[in-house]
Amino acid sequence: MEKLRGRVWKYGPNINTDVIIPGRYCHITDPKELARYCMADLDTEFIKKIKPGDIVVAGGNFGCGSSREVAPLSIKASGIGGVVAPSFARIFYRNAINIGFPIFESAAAYEQIDEGDEVEIDPDTGTIHDLTKGTEYKAAAFPEFLQTIMSRGGLRGYAEEELARQSAS
Amino acid sequence: MGMTITEKILAAHAGRDRVEPGEIVMVDVDVVLANELSAALAIDEFKKIEGATRIRDPEGAVFVPDHFTPNKDITTAKLVQRVREFALEQNARWFEVGRAGIEHCVLPQNGIVGPGQVIIGGDSHTTTYGALGAFSTGVGSTDVAVAWAIGQTWLRVPPTVKVTYHGRLRPWVTGKDLILYTIGQLTVDGATYMAMEFHGDALAELPMAGRFTMANMSIEAGAKNGIFHPDDITREYLGSVGHNRYTEFRSDPDAAYERDVEIDAGTIEPQIAFPAIPENTRPVTEAGTVEIDQVVIGTCTNGWIEDMREAAHVLRGHHVDPRVRCIVVPGSQEVQRQMVKEGLMEIFLDSDCIVSTSTCGPCIGGHMGVLGEYEKCVSTTNRNFVGRMGARTAEIYLANPAVAAASAVSGRIAHPDEVASPVAAG
Repeated sequence: MEKLRGRVWKYGPNINTDVIIPGRYCHITDPKELARYCMADLDTEFIKKIKPGDIVVAGGNFGCGSSREVAPLSIKASGIGGVVAPSFARIFYRNAINIGFPIFESAAAYEQIDEGDEVEIDPDTGTIHDLTKGTEYKAAAFPEFLQTIMSRGGLRGYAEEELARQSAS
Repeated sequence: MGMTITEKILAAHAGRDRVEPGEIVMVDVDVVLANELSAALAIDEFKKIEGATRIRDPEGAVFVPDHFTPNKDITTAKLVQRVREFALEQNARWFEVGRAGIEHCVLPQNGIVGPGQVIIGGDSHTTTYGALGAFSTGVGSTDVAVAWAIGQTWLRVPPTVKVTYHGRLRPWVTGKDLILYTIGQLTVDGATYMAMEFHGDALAELPMAGRFTMANMSIEAGAKNGIFHPDDITREYLGSVGHNRYTEFRSDPDAAYERDVEIDAGTIEPQIAFPAIPENTRPVTEAGTVEIDQVVIGTCTNGWIEDMREAAHVLRGHHVDPRVRCIVVPGSQEVQRQMVKEGLMEIFLDSDCIVSTSTCGPCIGGHMGVLGEYEKCVSTTNRNFVGRMGARTAEIYLANPAVAAASAVSGRIAHPDEVASPVAAG
């Protein structure tokens, strides 16, 4: 996978899906429109200030709350390259993997990286490089099965192979 | 080494003798639930899956539009139309306005969910059915689409936190108070990626409604699933809804737990979770003076007939404070019918409540009771996040139905003792 590089926007712990994409926008399915409301109830300036490729670094339990897949979809569509956090709420975690949106688990990165830092992330190795500070962090490795899903761009690729295998046998 | 009930159900659905916490397994799914929001995205995804044309198990694919229904506006009406067309074309199970309600009440009441099953749903509160001894968890839309296509889903086997409640529950204390208290103890990520297994003599007489509430809100501690062992109360309930063929699983005495939490339930008072995180709990008696603008009683967390009885018991002979709007949201058409039979509808209307159609509307700030700037609401729902029920500046306080009803009458957060006497134990 291609390396991610961008400026860091930093938020606290327990960022829930209601503030990432409030319920009043959850009937929207078009990613471009979803992007307009990304982080609407967390940071009203978010969508105006970010640039494509920027990285969100946040506290633990990121994405807790609702199962709404529009939460990672809206972040992905906003142009954010990936999210780094000590831990992710489990539904957000699987949604991100299933739609092929890069997430990285690292407590040290959250503690030490500051807003505005320039970071580079290698998704293949999980190495997070803070170019501003000259520091490096290693994200927790994904289990092999999840790496397979991610390398296919999401869960759909897995399902297609499974269906092909079944129809062949 | 023995296995937990969660591990046993997952092993049985993975075609394995045993599974270990942390490993990822592909499991057969018995029921795939979707509401109109998760279904809309899932349908788009399903249509992109090469080789997928039909839902593999249409009988196990359940659709319940409930978030913005009865349709809030033209946009949501079109969304539901799209989901309806797909569900009917696929011969899936479709429950709509007039024959439905809120998904997490509709599925149990129609005998669709039961012990030993693996259930996934495009809604985080799918954890509700763990109350029946099922493995049940919320997933996203892509998961729903793939489960429709291949009949399976991937799951990381969760370690289990065992929560045991000792003692005899005090008056007014319900499943809602037990789970709020527990979330306060564990915090909102205390059980992240884990199963929460509920035990203890304090739960022996807890009605299904209270168990559904506890399993429903296990997600608010971050849990993957919340689960009870089936007992006579479970079996009687299953018989009443015609769910008669099932396999009961039980945790082995030597099963390994990630963590043991012992709770002295006999000392717990009715709880209230202050804004804006469900772990921010305290006894109602320590709430101080908090004047309120709105009360919501019901929805998927507390929309059962038992909840309606508790609220009506407190409201009987009283009026909602003139500055407060009290919105009662039965969990389903079935609950509403029973409310009419038992005369509860009259009590709510006489006490100046509005009885709404069954919908998730107010809980997600969608419609039917959205909060304005700086308004305060006591709600029996499950989340008090910023902006959840409307304006970002609005405040949500989570409580049980009796506390919510007493607060509606008092115009401020109130203990039910201030308004009524408790019903006899049970």
